[in-house]
Amino acid sequence: MRKFLVILFVAVVVFSFAEKIRVGVAIPAADHGWTGGMVWWAQYAIKQYQNDPNVEFYLVTAKEPSEQIAQVQALLAKGIDALVINPYESAPLTPICVQAFRQGVFTVIVDRGINSEEYNTYIAGDNYMYGYLAGKYIAEKLKGKGNIVVIRGIPCSIDDERVKAFKDAISLYPDLKIIAEQPGYWSREKAFEVMQTLLTKFPTIDAVWTGDDDMLHGVLLALKQAGRDKNIVLVGGACEKNIVKMIMDGNPLIGVNFTYPPNMISTAINLAVMALRKQDLNGFYQRGIPRKIILATETVTKENAKDYYFPESVF
Amino acid sequence: MNLSKYLIVLILIGLMVFSGILSPAFLKPRNILNIFWQTSYVGIIAIGITFVMIAGGIDLSVGSMLALLGSVAIQIVNKLGDKTSSVILSFLFTYGLAVLLGFGVGLLTTKGKIPAFVTTLGGMAIYRSLVLNFANGGVYMTMSQKYTSIGMKFVLGLPLPMIVFIVYAILAYILLDKTRFGRYVYAVGANETAALYSAIKVDMVRTWTYVVSGISVATSAILLSSMMSAVSSSSTGNGFELDAIAAAVIGGTSLSGGKGSVFGTFFGALILGVINNMLVMLNVAVYLQGMVKGLIIIAAVLLQNLRKE
Repeated sequence: MRKFLVILFVAVVVFSFAEKIRVGVAIPAADHGWTGGMVWWAQYAIKQYQNDPNVEFYLVTAKEPSEQIAQVQALLAKGIDALVINPYESAPLTPICVQAFRQGVFTVIVDRGINSEEYNTYIAGDNYMYGYLAGKYIAEKLKGKGNIVVIRGIPCSIDDERVKAFKDAISLYPDLKIIAEQPGYWSREKAFEVMQTLLTKFPTIDAVWTGDDDMLHGVLLALKQAGRDKNIVLVGGACEKNIVKMIMDGNPLIGVNFTYPPNMISTAINLAVMALRKQDLNGFYQRGIPRKIILATETVTKENAKDYYFPESVF
Repeated sequence: MNLSKYLIVLILIGLMVFSGILSPAFLKPRNILNIFWQTSYVGIIAIGITFVMIAGGIDLSVGSMLALLGSVAIQIVNKLGDKTSSVILSFLFTYGLAVLLGFGVGLLTTKGKIPAFVTTLGGMAIYRSLVLNFANGGVYMTMSQKYTSIGMKFVLGLPLPMIVFIVYAILAYILLDKTRFGRYVYAVGANETAALYSAIKVDMVRTWTYVVSGISVATSAILLSSMMSAVSSSSTGNGFELDAIAAAVIGGTSLSGGKGSVFGTFFGALILGVINNMLVMLNVAVYLQGMVKGLIIIAAVLLQNLRKE
């Protein structure tokens, strides 16, 4: 009995003096709806741990690569056990991420990769399927025939990959035509302008694909204003909450959406904590956290929309 | 002299003919209306910036200020409910805030002796970060029918923002060309010392130009936020300062002060609008759009400068 109490006492002492886990989270500042969502979800995930005295978080947001490098340097100087980072740009952020990894900081790279394999875990959305499924849906909805307008985001490699995938999907249908492909810079106002102009140019437009839901809002407004918000297939993406709500409510114009979830940052934060606590993923036969995770692009329809509707989120 | 004044109109017409030949849909009346409509938001701001620039200043804060004022306007309507009175109160408050902010920046620049570039660059960062903070990086939306009906309204078959843009330009023209204040603005920008010796209150004149800029931003903010029924804390107004300054410069406003006109800025803004529209109409390849836009802007200014010599 006495022996047991001693062991218990020792265990309690060891447990209460257990090293506190310190996690640095470095993400870009909000510059459009989706990044705003990522900031919100980072805060949300951190809040989940607020009653856990053994984890501490430092969240920083950067407006440009050099600022983010400085922030990560500061985090490393402060001393962190894990770094969860969505690099503002791949190339400039690579050295500092590699440095963190070499120092033994558990490094989780989120979405935008780095130009090195020296990290612990990489988690990202699936840009290819994001574009491909949208193309496939539009092709099937139009029964393989019609005029499509593509309003893409800010021209960049992610955007290129999505657009290429979209074109791959519709290339199976020779009677589908992309009559215009213009950038909407992931902004409502810009997409509105572009759509307004395209509506003047083309008397018949059968489908519009926008790179994300912010721009879909602009397109909706332009269609409504021109009185052409009928008999048209609209697809956005990334599940902005108001668009998901429209799907949920059975809006005749928007039947589907595809995930590219900003809450991957929350998953990444959990992965970092799990790794430091030596937990493994349920259902995996392997110990330890996987090194590369590409999240599935999930299809949101009227039936399952409520599972993707987060009214408190900013995105 | 007169020809160089109207040269900008000729450049505009030339651009339109060129676009019309390449894409007949460009010249549809509907499209011309759209260009006017789409230009009005930056155009109104550019008119305000013209005052600031002629007086020898610069205003980089307009884009972020637009997001701030737009979200304030939306928030007030949302708080007070879907009534005419709440829309009016929202207007009053938005314009009041704009005047205050303009006055503040003006005083910091003139009395505080901080270069306008710095005060307004600071303002740009401060306003944006305030909106981002209040909206948590998200979007301000309104469901108010009363408020959103304004931005989408058509009067006599013309979109309201376009009418406001034209009326605003006429009023600004009168203020700048036909009043004592307007003459002082030129005097201050052309030669500060001379203006001082002529007993012009240089600091006050400069300060008021920032108020004019603020009022312009408020007008644009109300029109834009009521049309979109939303303001994105992160993206609304991004780059407006550059477009507005570009419009003024294309219109012949000097970056070093003393020169410029509302007439020029009005057409400068339209040229920018035509370029943006043309890029879409002609389906110019995505990655080349920046180059085409840049070349046309430089060519337009070059043409005018060559003409003057």
